[in-house]
Parts: sequence; structure tokens; C-alpha cells
Amino acid sequence: MNRLIPVAMAILLVVLVAVASVSPSKISPARTPESAVRSFFEQVKNRNWSSAFSFVSPSSNTDQASLQRELGGKDGSLRTYSTLQEVQTKVLHENDTEALVRANLQWSTAVGASNSSRDIKVVKEDGSWKVYWPTEKQPNLPPQVIPVNYLRWDIIRRGPEEDWGAQNVEAPKVRIISMNAIERDNRTIVMGEVVNEDTVPGFVSVGATLLGANNETLGEESSFDKISHILLPKEVSPFRIDFPGVKLANVKNVRMTPNSLLVPASADPVIGVLNQRIEKDARGHSMLRGELVNQSGQTVNIPHVLATYYDNTGKVIWVADAYVDRALVPQTPVPFTADLRDDVAGNVQNYRVTVNHYSLDKGGL
Amino acid sequence: MNRSFLHGRRSSRASASARERKSKNLYLVLLTIAIAIATCGKAFAADLKAPKQATAGEGITITAGDGGELLLFGPGGASKRKVSAGDVQIAGEDVRAAGRYVAVLDQATAEFYVTAAKPSTVNFLARPSRVPVSRPDAISGVAFVFDDFQNLVLKPTPVKFDLTVKENAPTTRTVESKEGIAFTRLPSASKEGAAQFVASVGGGTPVRRVVQQVASDACNLRMKAQKTDKSIIVETDPIKDCSGNAVPDGTIVTFIEVTDKGRSTVDARIKRGTARAELPLASSGTISVASGVVTGNELHLGGGQ
Repeated sequence: MNRLIPVAMAILLVVLVAVASVSPSKISPARTPESAVRSFFEQVKNRNWSSAFSFVSPSSNTDQASLQRELGGKDGSLRTYSTLQEVQTKVLHENDTEALVRANLQWSTAVGASNSSRDIKVVKEDGSWKVYWPTEKQPNLPPQVIPVNYLRWDIIRRGPEEDWGAQNVEAPKVRIISMNAIERDNRTIVMGEVVNEDTVPGFVSVGATLLGANNETLGEESSFDKISHILLPKEVSPFRIDFPGVKLANVKNVRMTPNSLLVPASADPVIGVLNQRIEKDARGHSMLRGELVNQSGQTVNIPHVLATYYDNTGKVIWVADAYVDRALVPQTPVPFTADLRDDVAGNVQNYRVTVNHYSLDKGGL
Repeated sequence: MNRSFLHGRRSSRASASARERKSKNLYLVLLTIAIAIATCGKAFAADLKAPKQATAGEGITITAGDGGELLLFGPGGASKRKVSAGDVQIAGEDVRAAGRYVAVLDQATAEFYVTAAKPSTVNFLARPSRVPVSRPDAISGVAFVFDDFQNLVLKPTPVKFDLTVKENAPTTRTVESKEGIAFTRLPSASKEGAAQFVASVGGGTPVRRVVQQVASDACNLRMKAQKTDKSIIVETDPIKDCSGNAVPDGTIVTFIEVTDKGRSTVDARIKRGTARAELPLASSGTISVASGVVTGNELHLGGGQ
């Protein structure tokens, strides 16, 4: 009897440890289209790619590695610095063998939250629902040497041994060429365009101070990421400065302060923005879509799109930005989408897209 | 008897105190005279004479009435030396800084003023460091005139400003300084390049600054297009400003293609004088080109130019 209790306890311990350490070899199959999509994204969220792939229909004609590249990111893209935060699903259409589920995804990224929406086809196979996820086949660039000889600007500044009259190299001359102030969502928004008029590159920022009726300061802000900070000679960038909680009716004056610094810069890379068009998305919202093509030889890890919208008089009426979660490998088009407010969309007559770039080995943005 | 005795004693006491007062007064008078004589003697003995004005770096002579320690205070510092009565030579290096000097020998003082020596150099401020070509009064130069000892020369002095670009004849202007400062404005040349901006005073070392004269905005921006199997290659003619200077490499040139598929833009950089970009293939549409606020020609696809 004295021996029986320790032996029983040992056996129980072994059993419990075994139960705890053995993970389910197979995730239970989805019984509904919505649960298939939810389970799929749950595994994506956990970066459990093999389990996520188990929810993908074989008819998708894809493999696990492609799925992982698409949803987990590669080439140091923004997606590699992202985590799926939240998934909301809604069944749009369903029959016995097929369904369409809308998934609204919220990603937590290195540059803030990123939302996207995707209508996903779900098919019933062998008694369970599976996600149809055709992975976009990306053409692999053949190994090659791309000669790049864009110039680069370096700076020699005044040294301490110079006499006091020796001049330093001056900051580039920048000018605000248009400016507009509007009120949206309980905030005053100042936007416009700034040009580098000089022959050297500059690091540019735009500050704005809102003044009230008695010349009192209502707010002071500067452009943060809604501007291209590095401007090459004659380059034009939009800017947008938000003043949360300030009513435009209280603003009597706006003081603009464009600042520039002379910085070393490179003329590389060149990014083409192709096939830009304004379309409605699945929810009926206006979006600016297009494709980015890196025409240089260096991978751009995080592209940042800035869209400027003009009315029929050429006035800037909205500035929006969007980060693209795929890296721009040379000569490979990557789609982008920039938001366009529905209340602005009707007045848009023209638009212009510029691209900021961030490369891991160079920095930038 | 008692009365007369008392009276006699009173009168002798009074005469004694009067004598005492007299001797005290005499002593005070003699002491005062002695002090006065001593003071006057000292003062006469330490007399100091200096010229009213001197030139920086040139020695001067001070005449001392007596020997002692001569202290010399000036804007550049103070010095002390033992001197004998007579002429005292102050070396030029002790009066290099222009300004007011005070010499002190015991109780005597002498003041003199040192002015700047002849102008020998300028400190030169030239602005800006970069300027577009053919801009009137775009370049400013300010020269501060100094002598060999870094004293600002307040006397009006002609300062010569020369602005030279490459092999062109220099633009010269001579300006007389006021209170040590000469100022001029010059137009930028019509040719780009590093302009040598030189300021000098007669016989002095010229001081050189470089003002980079750069091409202005593009003028007559023109492009041509060529269709290939996969794309349309657009390329500008050599991009120059209205004075014929090449617009610097790296300047942004934007190509815009508008077709029924949408709008495509490429911010190309000028490379070796021209800008080039690859746009999507299209059978109809328009292609335009711009650089900054300057627009160029427009090409119509499908119907010739």
C-alpha cells in the first residue's frame, strides 16, 4: 500500500506531462465558411504557417512558402514588421458548396495601424470548408547586373580653421507653391505643396501656426509623414498638417514656415507610378489605385505613397498617404491603394502621386 | 594780600596756555608747509608726457620727470617696467591694439590714443554660396578693413571687389569703406560655374570666396518618345536654361502619361544633361513633361505628335 501511492502519482504525472506536451496533430476542420476564414487568419496571426495552410483549398494551386511570403512578408517589407491584430468577417454569399466572406483585417505595423479588406472565396471540400487563396505569382527577376550611375550629393562643410568670414554652404531654397486650409472630422487641416527651387537636395519640413482673432496661437504643428522630406532639385512634394480639435472658423491667420537643411542624398532610386486611377472598393469607397515600379537596381523595402488631389481650379483639396506592405524589387510592379475621402472624391479633377522610399541599407523616407 | 596773590596766580596760568596755543599753531603751520613742499616736490618730480596720438605698431616716446615704475594700460592688455627720468621708449609691439592708452608713473598719468595702422587685409563675407545665373544684384559682398594687427581701419579706404566666372572678364567695383566696412551688390553672370569673388585693399592680401552660379529653371523643355515591345521610352532633349546653361544633373523631370488605363508618372532625374523614363505601352493617350513649375511639350499617342 505504501508503494502504491507513489507509483500511482508518478504514472499520473507522466500522463499529465504527456498530455500537456502533445499538441493536437490536426486542427479541427471548419464547419462553416466564416469559421474557416477565422481559423485561417487565427493561424496567420500566430504565424503558424503550416496550420494556416491546412485551411487553404488545394484548388488554390499554391504552396505554403508562397502563402508565408505573402502574409508574412519578405525582402524587409513593411509586412515583415507587421502583426495581424484583428479580423472581422461577414458572409456575403453562401450556398452548399461555395461562399464569399468579407474579411476586414487590421494589421499592427511599424508605421501604425493598417487596415485592409478582402473578399475571400470559401469552398467546401471533403466535408469541410476551406479558403480559396490563390497566391499571386511574382516573377523572379533573372540574375543580372543593373548598372546604376545616378549621382549623389555629398557635402563638405566649413571647418573650424576657416576664418570667420568664410561662408558655409547654404541650405536649399524651398518655396510653398500652394496652400489650403479645410476643416474635417473636428480638426483643421492645412495642406499644400512645397518645391525645392535649388540645385541641391534638401531635407524639408513645413510648420504651420494657427492664429486666432487676437493673434493668439491656436495650434502649432509640423508635417510629419505626410510629406516627402528629402526633396531633390525641382522636386515638388505635397504636405498635410492636422490640428486636432481646432475649428477653422476660429482661425484668422495661418503662419507657414518651410524649413530646409542641406543633406547628402542620392538620386537613386527612380520609382514609376503606373496606371493610376480612382476606383470604388468593395465597400463602395473611393480609392486611388495604381502600381509602383522600381526602375532602379536596389530593393526599396518600404514604399510610402503620397497622393495629392486637386479640384478644377488646380487647388489642393486633399492629401492622403499609404504605406505599401510589399517591398519594391527592381522592375517588378507592386499594386498600391491610397484612400480618398468620399466627400472629396466628387470634386477631384486631377491628382498626383509621389513615392517616398525607405531602404534598409540606406535609410530614407 | 590774599586777593593780589590770587590774581597773580591766575595771570601766570593764562599766559602759559597762550604760549602753548601759539606753539601748537606754529607746529601745525610748519607741518602743513612741509607736507605741501613734499607733495609738490614729488609731483614735480614724477611728471609724465606722452603724444596725443600714435599709430598701431609704431613705437612712441614718453617723457618721465622721475624714475620709477611705469604702468601702461591699453585695450590689448597692461605692462609694467622700471624707467629712469627722461625719455622712455615704448616699443611698437606694446601699442599694437588700437584704442585709448593710459600711462601711470607714481601719481602722474598721461593718456594717448592709438589709431589703426595702414589697411592690409579684409575680412570678407560673400552671400549667397549658390545663385542662379543672370539675377540682378543677387550677390552681396561685405568687406571689413583691418590693419596688420587686426585693428578695424576706420579711415575711409578703397576696397576692390572682383567677380570672375571662368575665363570671362571680371566684374570689378571699387567701394570706399565707411567706419571700416565696404559693401557691394553684383549681378550674377549669365554663365554657370564657380565664380571667384575677391575683395582686396591696396597692397593687401586679397581674400577669395566662391559663389557657385548655377543654371536657372529649364527653358524650352522638349521630349521625344519611342515605342518598344514592352513600353514607351521618353527622353528629353538636353535640358538647358534660357541662358544656355545645362540644368544640373539630378534635377527632377516628371513625365506624365494619361491613357484610358489611367495615369502614369515617373519622376526621372536628369542624367548627363537629359532625362529619360519608361512608361507603360499604350496605343492612345498623351504624354507631358514638366520640371518644377516649368512645363514642356505634349505628345499624343496614336495620332502622331
